[in-house]
Amino acid sequence: MKNDKKRRNKMTRAAFLKDKLAILAAIFLIFIIVISIIAPLLPLEATKTDVLHILEVPSKGHWFGTDEIGRDYFARVVYGGRVSITVGILAMLMSTVLGVSIGMLAGFLGGVVDFTLMRIVDVIQSIPWLILVTVVSIFFKKGLLSIIVVIGFFSWMEIARLVRAEVMSLKEREYIQYASFLGIDTVKIILRHLMPAVMPTIIVSATSGIADAIMTESALSFLGIGIQEPLSSWGKLLQAAQSNLQNSIYMALIPGLLIVFTIFSFNKLGNLLRIYLEPSRAS
Amino acid sequence: MLKYIFKRIINAIPLLLIITMICFTLISLAPYDAIDAMTTPKMSPEMVELIRQKYGYDKPLYIRYIRWLGGLINGNFGYSIVNGTSIFNDLISRIPNTIKLVLPSYVTAYILAIILGLIAGANRGKKADTLIDGFASVGLAVPTFWIAMLLIYVFGYKLRVLPLLGMNTIGSNDLVDYLKHFVMPYVVLTFAFLPGNIRYVRSSTITEFSQDYVMVQRAFGAKKSEIIFKHVSKNVLLPIVTRLGMALPTLVTGAVITETVFSWPGIGPYFVKAVQGMDYPVIMVILVLSSTLVIIGNLLSDVLYCVVDPRIRKAV
Repeated sequence: MKNDKKRRNKMTRAAFLKDKLAILAAIFLIFIIVISIIAPLLPLEATKTDVLHILEVPSKGHWFGTDEIGRDYFARVVYGGRVSITVGILAMLMSTVLGVSIGMLAGFLGGVVDFTLMRIVDVIQSIPWLILVTVVSIFFKKGLLSIIVVIGFFSWMEIARLVRAEVMSLKEREYIQYASFLGIDTVKIILRHLMPAVMPTIIVSATSGIADAIMTESALSFLGIGIQEPLSSWGKLLQAAQSNLQNSIYMALIPGLLIVFTIFSFNKLGNLLRIYLEPSRAS
Repeated sequence: MLKYIFKRIINAIPLLLIITMICFTLISLAPYDAIDAMTTPKMSPEMVELIRQKYGYDKPLYIRYIRWLGGLINGNFGYSIVNGTSIFNDLISRIPNTIKLVLPSYVTAYILAIILGLIAGANRGKKADTLIDGFASVGLAVPTFWIAMLLIYVFGYKLRVLPLLGMNTIGSNDLVDYLKHFVMPYVVLTFAFLPGNIRYVRSSTITEFSQDYVMVQRAFGAKKSEIIFKHVSKNVLLPIVTRLGMALPTLVTGAVITETVFSWPGIGPYFVKAVQGMDYPVIMVILVLSSTLVIIGNLLSDVLYCVVDPRIRKAV
């Protein structure tokens, strides 16, 4: 077991170092996340309007130009990214916690609990996702928190299925059976023995979960049912860019490219981590 | 096999009922009173009460649900509370537009995905694969509305060769005019459907290539093209055929974003407008309709699987 882990770690690390694109993706994400964290410390004014300088193209004074009411677009993009990344990470955390708990319960307890939980998954999954999320967003006052809750609360199904399947097979393994036979507390079995075993699966799906959440948030904000002014996110910026498309294409290009790079990078790292899960497929 | 199909249909019915119940309760729980949309502050309380009674909002939830469900079954979908139009008529006029857009895009994406996926999977790790898989990974990261915006910028604003919005120039019934409107959303949607399907075909091709029968063929000196077209493609195409069933709901709700960007008069803008205007009856019908299609689609894909794959047919 220990050796196997070491070997997998080594393989994953080797694959990472060999893959230049993956290194680039990691550097890019670290850069974006650091900028998002330290944004308030930077000399940026995302809300200061300047009607004399509206829709200016990128220049030395305004790296990314200015928007339709003269706000510095660079600052807008940085703060927008802050929101997009926050939504991505928090929504992912929420869906992962929900998905793992539900998957664990269903897989470990089996029987009626499993049946009920899986039927709930069936029901939720038979409503087209975008439609469901859009409708649910009606219930909440529009804002950062509600968008996180809406996305997080309705994207746990896939991870729950994965975890359930894995727990069901783990349950049959001797060490788990032995532990239950000894009368060790269920909670303890789950935390001490099952959790570490399903951790790689969780990490992989969490990584792509961030990408999915960012994508959904941008789509919702673009449709006008996500993030609301004065807050902005990359998707929200794109929505605003729509009306100035003809003259200010940079307003659409910059946030769009950032979304693409961010999602691509998270997916890339997620795929790489999969090597850890399925070393046989990687060779 | 008929017995199996029958059993699957019987199983789908309670799921459908539960979905309608959930949709109905969900909307009834919404923190807004549907009556507010139909009344004005000037109306007297008696008047408001009268309207409430007229539309049956004074009845308890379950009675309203049964009435609504009965209406749905009889094709009486109710009326939009924002503009008073019959939802059934709205849908009848809009769904064909969505299908006209989604169907060609999906078919194109499907065929392209099968070709590209087979090529990539058969040449795993080589240049062609890197290229195709790279395209799919990038494609998965690109928001469709962003592609739409870029196309609008290039072809609509800069080159001025394509119209920006709608399905026809007003008053025009010309096919060329329609095609001009059609081409941008068509390209965007095709692009949206493509990456996921490529990935799917590619990974099943890779799995098939690692099977023993391929090795046997190789040992007998079969050419690669022979292996791909005669043997591998058959097994790869099987699950793909069944994916067609699951694509059923996309015919109605697969283009919400693209349609909205291009103001294509389909279900997308209708739904988005309903959500923004809190038009519950409309939202409810679309919710139920789209989930029904998901359930029917899954059913269809199971049945298809059973029909095309003799192994499964014998098993059930």
